[in-house]
Amino acid sequence: MNKTRRNVLKAGGGATLYALLAAAGMLLPEAALAADWNQKAFEAKNLKDALGALGAGNPANSDAIFITAPEIAENGAVVPVAAMSKLPGTESIAFLIAKNPTALAASFDIPAGTEPGVSTRIKMAETSDVYVLVKAQGKYYVAKKEIKVTIGGCGG
Amino acid sequence: MADPMRIRAVAKDGATSVKILMAHEMETGQRKDGAGKPIPAHFIQQISATWQGKVVLSANWGTAIAKNPFLEFSFKGGQKGEKIQVTWTDNKGDKRTDEATIN
Repeated sequence: MNKTRRNVLKAGGGATLYALLAAAGMLLPEAALAADWNQKAFEAKNLKDALGALGAGNPANSDAIFITAPEIAENGAVVPVAAMSKLPGTESIAFLIAKNPTALAASFDIPAGTEPGVSTRIKMAETSDVYVLVKAQGKYYVAKKEIKVTIGGCGG
Repeated sequence: MADPMRIRAVAKDGATSVKILMAHEMETGQRKDGAGKPIPAHFIQQISATWQGKVVLSANWGTAIAKNPFLEFSFKGGQKGEKIQVTWTDNKGDKRTDEATIN
């Protein structure tokens, strides 16, 4: 990160310096992410609103998205899920849980050179369909898998 | 300050696979304490991983990521001995960065 900045400083001169610094700022992960957290999408109470807030509208069903998760999760507080996209040009992968208090769990940006697949652990309030939303070449695709939950993960 | 992350990065066949375990409560804001008062939400919102100054993965998270979050992904490239950095930021502005060497 610092290396990039130094190169930019060396390369920059006169009027172009500020423009270059601004461009370099855009490349810093913190700066790039800070504005990104989509509050509306993360606070959406249901799947439809979350998809709407993500700008995904009505995503097309795809059989090129593979979801690995247990059929039955004994403990809803820790449910391992993995998603892999075979869609060319995958840009992002998001996990949505239809029956959670807020549907959107996570959205991953996949830069070029990174495998279009992630594994994580989610919380599930109750038995629900888990949707994986993939953005590939500017279009949205979705696949789903039902996970049965014996003990909910959002109680208290 | 939060506890350090555990990061394991292994280079194999031209790609590096990364496993990260973060220490974080990931409180949803839905739960109530013993006195019936809601426990405020406290969760990681953003995470990014960089290798050689390049972002190899970034993500925005909500409250539905499990406590002490786990994340696994892989990217093309990466040599034994190179470093990767992982940073997370939570909704209270707390932040943590850790570095690991690729094996």
